[in-house]
Amino acid sequence: MSSTLHMHGGIGESIKRKEDARFLRGQGHFLDDFVLPRMAHMAILRSPHAHARIKSIDTAAASAKPGVIAVVTGELMAQHKLAWMPTLSGDTQAVLATDKVRFQGQEVAAVIAETKYQAEDARDLIEVDYEILQAITSPDQAKESGSALIRDDKEGQKDNHIYHWESGDKAGTQAAFAKAHKVVRLNTFYPRCHPAPLETCGCIADVDGVTGKATIYMTSQAPHAIRTVFALVAGIPEHQIRIISPDIGGGFGNKVPVYPGYVVATAASLLLGRPVKWVEDRTENLISTGFARDYHMTGDLALDKDGKMLALRVHLDSDNGAFFADAQPSKFKAGLFHIVTGSYDIPTAHVTADGYYTNKAPGGVAYRCSFRVTEASYLIERLVSNAAMEIGMDQAEIRTKNFIQPEQFPYTSATGWIYDSGDYPKAMDVALKQLGYEDLKKDVEARRKKGEVTGIGIASFTEVVGAGPGADYDILGLRMFDSAELRVHPTGKAILKLGVKSQGQGHETTFAQIVAEELGIPAQDVLVMEGDTDNTPYGLGTYASRSTPVAGAATAMVSRKLREKARKLAAHLLEAAEEDLEWERGKFFVKGSPEKFKTIQEAAFAAYTNLPEGMEPGLEGVHYYDPPNMTYPFGTYAVVVDVDKGTGQVKVKRMVAVDDCGVRINPMIVEGQIQGGLTEGYGIAFMELITFDAEGNCIGSNLMDYLIPGSMETPKFEIGQTVTPSPHHPLGAKGVGESATVGSPAAYVNAVIDALSPYGITNIDMPVTSDKVWAALRSKGVTE
Amino acid sequence: MFPAAFDYAAPATLVEALALLKQRGDDAKIMAGGQSLIPMLKLRFAQPALVIDIGRLPAMNGIARHNGHLSIGALARHVDIERNADLAWLCPILVDTVHWISDPLVRNRGTMAGSVCHADPSGDWGSVMLALDASLIARSESGERVIPADGFFQGPFTTTLRPDEIVTEIRIPMPKGPAGGAYNKLERKVGDFATVAVAVHVELSGSKIAKAGIGLTAVGPTNIKATAAEKALVGHEPTDEVIVEAARLAAEAAEPKDDIRGTAAYKKDIVRVYVLRGLRTALGRAREVKA
Repeated sequence: MSSTLHMHGGIGESIKRKEDARFLRGQGHFLDDFVLPRMAHMAILRSPHAHARIKSIDTAAASAKPGVIAVVTGELMAQHKLAWMPTLSGDTQAVLATDKVRFQGQEVAAVIAETKYQAEDARDLIEVDYEILQAITSPDQAKESGSALIRDDKEGQKDNHIYHWESGDKAGTQAAFAKAHKVVRLNTFYPRCHPAPLETCGCIADVDGVTGKATIYMTSQAPHAIRTVFALVAGIPEHQIRIISPDIGGGFGNKVPVYPGYVVATAASLLLGRPVKWVEDRTENLISTGFARDYHMTGDLALDKDGKMLALRVHLDSDNGAFFADAQPSKFKAGLFHIVTGSYDIPTAHVTADGYYTNKAPGGVAYRCSFRVTEASYLIERLVSNAAMEIGMDQAEIRTKNFIQPEQFPYTSATGWIYDSGDYPKAMDVALKQLGYEDLKKDVEARRKKGEVTGIGIASFTEVVGAGPGADYDILGLRMFDSAELRVHPTGKAILKLGVKSQGQGHETTFAQIVAEELGIPAQDVLVMEGDTDNTPYGLGTYASRSTPVAGAATAMVSRKLREKARKLAAHLLEAAEEDLEWERGKFFVKGSPEKFKTIQEAAFAAYTNLPEGMEPGLEGVHYYDPPNMTYPFGTYAVVVDVDKGTGQVKVKRMVAVDDCGVRINPMIVEGQIQGGLTEGYGIAFMELITFDAEGNCIGSNLMDYLIPGSMETPKFEIGQTVTPSPHHPLGAKGVGESATVGSPAAYVNAVIDALSPYGITNIDMPVTSDKVWAALRSKGVTE
Repeated sequence: MFPAAFDYAAPATLVEALALLKQRGDDAKIMAGGQSLIPMLKLRFAQPALVIDIGRLPAMNGIARHNGHLSIGALARHVDIERNADLAWLCPILVDTVHWISDPLVRNRGTMAGSVCHADPSGDWGSVMLALDASLIARSESGERVIPADGFFQGPFTTTLRPDEIVTEIRIPMPKGPAGGAYNKLERKVGDFATVAVAVHVELSGSKIAKAGIGLTAVGPTNIKATAAEKALVGHEPTDEVIVEAARLAAEAAEPKDDIRGTAAYKKDIVRVYVLRGLRTALGRAREVKA
């Protein structure tokens, strides 16, 4: 620590994380740590069926149990007009079911009791009579004529179709395909997975019976947006709602939506006049809260005779579950999926998407992902590798041949994205050198001749993060800006208040470093506050790698505003003209006389003690930043695998990851983000799966079935970097929280498919489990 | 994840425990390390009226050799097996297996006897007991009896242990000649229950196999003793042909089901592959003993 303490902590310095001292000592304050006077506990009864009509609910036995304060049903919620709530995608979602249950795990009733034990004991005594209906578990089944109508609650809803969405040029793409020398197709399913944060979701609702003020402690990645949604749903005046997001044990998109439990606990607190705590258990988290992916995709890539890409055509069916609750910008029904042309200069493209209701949990959250960019990146990177295989070209060569070239930036893609900056050949080059690609290919050849199954996979992803420019990006109308408020105290110490909310990303350190760089106050002297809507400026929250691109920019801008005021103060102190002063991090000095200077701390003191005539006292400001464009991080990942012919087990021998996220504020934190993302990418590629049986029972409802990689599974990562600054971000930074989750799954799978390619195997859908690899090998007669 | 209410008793002596069991055995569960029982209580899969914690009973955690067998006390924890220097050469398959059992947290508390009595068909020790022809010593107020592992497992979580009995010891016969064993387990992640696992034990007499034991994990309603495969080995030179045939027969003995871990066909084939691999390892180890 001592070395860190003496560092200024500006941009590019790997200072230790300020928040870790409390986390490592078990002194963090997470939701479940809070205990309020007279606090009651809530347990939720959930549907055991995927699709069933509720005939009756009998709560008598539960109500009679000792310690039970209230039993809440949908009927009671309906009396208060709270049986349904809006979703982040403009649909409606049942808070507590009144008519039907539409997925296994759906909220049916809630018990509020003196203790959690009493609440759970009583919950088991609620009797619900169900009439079981046909469960729809896939878009294909949802499409069938005559299949059960899931959303009969919606007026005018005649089938299970939610939306149709298109992007790109249909006619142009058709014409290009007509002229293609070769068309490569990939059908692939990006399965449903779950962010599964270490801490599950929960809240404590505390509605003051006297003032009417609702204070809600909540595991939320977006407390301000949640406050507005609550004001709209519950009709409580917005100034009477205070959302406090305390320390959060991981979010990964899971803690963006509003969940029924929050609404029920708040209504219960309002009715009972007591604080009500609700914390999910692991199964509740996995079966009912925001899942991710579940995209069935078909991609066609048109190539000329030299392997140049001519056009891309993609169709996807999205499985959205029982309520369309994707957490994404309202304008884009399939998120930012149309970034699917990826890192390649593809002249024309056409993307179509259809969303379907199924009897599965709603969500569609961006699990460490910028709104469906993960699915897009996976599809194009798998497709390009398969194309290389089919035309007999090296998988690195086909990429290099088709990359958007550095001189083409800013580059407008076929689906309308304006890529800010990039140097894809360079990232590829660094990765391949690190890998020793040419030698490795020879080694693979030699080992294959001995009957071994081994392969190399490459993925050169491009992300689109930092949502986003207000004209195009909003959630329920709220523009996706973000904010920073900076107060410098007389002694030169500062408090920075943000509209975003860290869930482990290290905001307390990274954002202090931005102030340290831009205003010259050491990072140790900057306290970062987030997550309390009464005490921080409005913002849309932390997800989709947007904190650094948006709130980071806001922090830089507000620091610069204050620096300009400090310049006036320094000029006053130095009795010099403002334009004669030069800024060096931490002080202003008179041009040509570096010994005549005033530090930022001296200027701050003067703001309260010794002001020029007519100047407003104080040194503080606020900035709301509406980004002019998205940022486009990129990189090349390369993976080497060995496959056990006898068991189908895959061993990742090497994983090289070269990332370019522009300027790195704290390189250690960036590397930590990449390590974590590569691990989650590994989990998604090989282990993580939420699936359902024919009756709609969720398989993957606990961590023995929903597998998350631990230290023993996780490969060793070899990390490299290139730096191509964003031209429009004040610091040149791009988001990095999600690059590795977005880019790595395709690299892992490409390596497995490369290993199996000598046997004519061209695809295995994720998770690539040993039984699937075994089946593929045996189908080609390969055995031990 | 909150258990239903239950009574808890922690008797200080075996006599006391047996008396309690006689009185309330039908609605009681015995807890040793609690590594299976506590999760089942928390999930409310098990709702016994009484939990009898035998963890404090004295003198039941020894590991020793007696009269041609290895005796493992019912309270010997997995970690005791893991760290016992003698077992590494006396019975290496035990040490092989223990490393596959969950994670260090579970191994620090869970017991071998508790795991065997829990009779989870995906449990690792059951197959090893079958391969080694082990026996369990069960005590009740009416006396003591010796229960061979072969026949002990009746179905998932069901054994021939009576409600008034406590297992006090596991006995493993010591080999008469050069012997070797191996435990191969396919798991999806560290700490996972087996997709498939195979315990193999061989004893040599000259160049021939004198005794063979094969136990299969997670491929049926109980751990399975692959008797036909064992018979195909005994009395033969361990040629490739003999080994391949034993592997085929063991796969035939497996009765797996399709589930999230894989198809039945997959699991059967893994049995075959692991019998091949296990026999080769076990034979290699036996030959080392001989040398």
